[in-house]
Amino acid sequence: MPKVRPALDAPERREGAQAAIFSLKDVQVAYGGVPAVENVTFELVKNEITAFIGPSGCGKSTLLRCLNRMNDLIPSASVSGQVLYHDQDLYAPDIDPVQVRKRIGMVFQKPNPFPKSIYENIAFGPRVLGMKGDMDEIVESALRKGALWDEVKDRLKTNAFGMSGGQQQRLCIARTMAVEPDVILMDEPCSALDPISTGAIEELMLELKRNYSIVIVTHNMQQAARVSDRTAFYNVDKLEEGKRVGKLVEFAPTEKIFTAPDDKRTEEYVTGKFG
Amino acid sequence: MDGGQELAARPGTGSAPPSLTRVRTRRSAGEQAIKVLLAGAAVLSVLTTTGIVVTLITESSKFFGEVPFRDFFFGTDWAPLAGGASQSFGVAPLIWSTLYLTLIALIVAVPLGLGVGVYLAEYASPRVRKIFKPIVELLAGIPTIVFGYFALTFFTPLLKDVGINLEVFNGLSGGIILGILVLPTIASVSEDAMSAVPQSLREGAFGLGAAKWQVVVRVVFPAALSGIVAALVLGASRAIGETVVILVASGNNPNLTFDLSVAHQNMAAFIANVARADVSAGSVAYATIFAVGTTLFAMTFLLNLIAIRFVRKYRQVYE
Amino acid sequence: MAVTETTITRKVVERASSGARTKDLLFRAALLLCLFVAVLFLGVLLVDVAIDGIPLITPEFITNFPSRLFAEESGIRPALIGTLYLMVLCAAFIVPIGVAAAIYLEEFADARRWWNRIIEVNIQNLASVPSVVYGILGLAFIVRGPIDIWGLGKGSPTLLAGALTLGLLVLPVVIIVSREAIRAVPPSIREGALALGATKWQTIWKMVLPGALAGIATGVILALSRAIGETAPLILVGAIAFRLTDPTIDGQFSALPIAIFQAAGEPRPEFQILAAGAIVVLLAVLLLMNSAAIYLRNRYEQKW
Repeated sequence: MPKVRPALDAPERREGAQAAIFSLKDVQVAYGGVPAVENVTFELVKNEITAFIGPSGCGKSTLLRCLNRMNDLIPSASVSGQVLYHDQDLYAPDIDPVQVRKRIGMVFQKPNPFPKSIYENIAFGPRVLGMKGDMDEIVESALRKGALWDEVKDRLKTNAFGMSGGQQQRLCIARTMAVEPDVILMDEPCSALDPISTGAIEELMLELKRNYSIVIVTHNMQQAARVSDRTAFYNVDKLEEGKRVGKLVEFAPTEKIFTAPDDKRTEEYVTGKFG
Repeated sequence: MDGGQELAARPGTGSAPPSLTRVRTRRSAGEQAIKVLLAGAAVLSVLTTTGIVVTLITESSKFFGEVPFRDFFFGTDWAPLAGGASQSFGVAPLIWSTLYLTLIALIVAVPLGLGVGVYLAEYASPRVRKIFKPIVELLAGIPTIVFGYFALTFFTPLLKDVGINLEVFNGLSGGIILGILVLPTIASVSEDAMSAVPQSLREGAFGLGAAKWQVVVRVVFPAALSGIVAALVLGASRAIGETVVILVASGNNPNLTFDLSVAHQNMAAFIANVARADVSAGSVAYATIFAVGTTLFAMTFLLNLIAIRFVRKYRQVYE
Repeated sequence: MAVTETTITRKVVERASSGARTKDLLFRAALLLCLFVAVLFLGVLLVDVAIDGIPLITPEFITNFPSRLFAEESGIRPALIGTLYLMVLCAAFIVPIGVAAAIYLEEFADARRWWNRIIEVNIQNLASVPSVVYGILGLAFIVRGPIDIWGLGKGSPTLLAGALTLGLLVLPVVIIVSREAIRAVPPSIREGALALGATKWQTIWKMVLPGALAGIATGVILALSRAIGETAPLILVGAIAFRLTDPTIDGQFSALPIAIFQAAGEPRPEFQILAAGAIVVLLAVLLLMNSAAIYLRNRYEQKW
């Protein structure tokens, strides 16, 4: 079994200002006792975009969902190993998953606006969290952060279902911004979108990383290369009896992954030899 | 959840992260309370069943304290409301009438209901189905008392007009209308079952040169068999438990006879009739409600369990 | 799908012998006959009731109390009011409890636990317990029995006891339909709300329930229309046809099915036909409720 290279010796780490927000040690996620992804160890750094890439079934989305305890929604899912967020174990018994998700927002593969007005879509989060302040301002600022304000400022009361797919996805990002999270997890946010909408969202991500840390799962290697600072490559190990389990193969600065990866499988994947 | 609540960030984390620990706030307590309340509502359904069973058993035991099991289950003379020596508790005629009326109902409802089900599932175009499905559902939505009135004031005279010799209250009219009553149940459950049969099975048979009716009878029907059995069992269960159609159209006497021209009373109608007759609570006559009710509940309960089992079977196969 | 099916059929039939073609036609004709008989019964029943009943519908018929002496003066006022009361009380009982149970089963219950499976099977089973058995429960438990907590039965039949009995009867319907409506709200909506830090209950209350509302409302109306058409349980809990005052919640009561039942059993034809008048009124109430259900569904149903 090849050794996973943790990114502990990444240069940014030594600059001091860059603190690790996530630190995973030997994490395994299983469904009904069957591991879906295992042996994951790495650290994620603040104000960076980290991309998870790999062939389908490699567990990259599964892993993403265990970073804000969305896996809790699946009763059979279990997480072992250590997931530290700012040195707090996210799976310690006294951790409240609601508090976790408040700090660590998530944008999904398919845009999932609520069947309400654009305004209400943004206001929902701040309202349920009891955030103080002028709601109109909160909504405007979130829509600006989502690069959507100019397009929708005249129709805030219209139903979000009437927007284009790309706008809906930016609305979902803006909605996440409104609750002022620390980290944003994105699960293939552009897979249902056209190239122009994808470009808009990628631009937005680069803009957002000044204030937020972002983790993005993508099946699109060009996208990972374009936007991310660091890339984690996952692969599927085929076990006996057709069982499959995902493994973290390599985690390194994006440039290194795409130009001089240490692992042969990474090289084969990024050069399109399989996947 | 451990007792020590850490409100402040843990040492060494710096200033940035807020605490993620669960705080025993009023809100989180509220969430728990809500879950308990909701579960309570769901448990009410179990309490209903418990209530039914407890009522039936405790009150029936009073009945069987007075009337021996043997007399009830094996006696053939049913006259619980009669006075003095002619009072008798042999339930056989009541059970006979119940099953006999159910049989008549099924003779009407099984071919008609399955015919409607097959037509809607296999032959009707989407447009035709859109018209006729609601009509069949409408039939199911009409209160049973209306069927009772119809049987008594229209259908019985009609049968007499065509030359069938009937008493005013008779088993034939009640049984046939009971069949019309359960027709929608059989039609819609069997239609569901046949619609769940995958198209590939039909196409395979067509590919071998089978005619449409052969495909339906030899492929779709057997493939949907467990659902169709469920439809029949549910239909039977409805027919056994129906009250007012029989109460209004078939009279107040059970009859241990094959003759349909005379009155027949089923168990449900008997129960309603005793309740209406205002017998005093605590009397043996009053207690027969529960003894008969227990018998009725046990029969339908058994049939329902069988039906649920069959429904689950076809769902497992095709979904 | 239908298109390929018919083209395939046509091909097969063309190849088939004429005997097979005849059989096919006969089979189809037999099925159509079944549908025809079912529709015929419905049609004849409605026409028969309409012919008997509609001429009876006068303002006096609606507003008069029943009379044992003069058929032309007899009315259904207490029965109609009783039925409307039953509907409202029944709704007040089944909406919160039915929806709460549905939420629990869809959103909280872990279906792998044996107690949740028992609840599940139990509800399916309750949905097909004969209505007269619910009547027995109402009689023994609510009217005369141990849960007479508010003294509502006072050992004698009351409207509230009738409403509770009917409520228990149709509760499974409300639960089953509400569960379907809740299940129709896509998981992505729940995920979206939870990912913003909403609690489970906030997610349910502000996202799931509004999305399921039209379906739930339709289910409640259907359940209520079943409840107000029931006769047997009301006979058991002691509803009476002849009431000469308006019903009250804690007093004796009448209802339309009871009035129909009583009139249908009348030996005098001019009284018996009053049943048809009451049937027309009952069917009109049911028609109104079903129209409301269809309107609600078309107007408010959430398309995902």
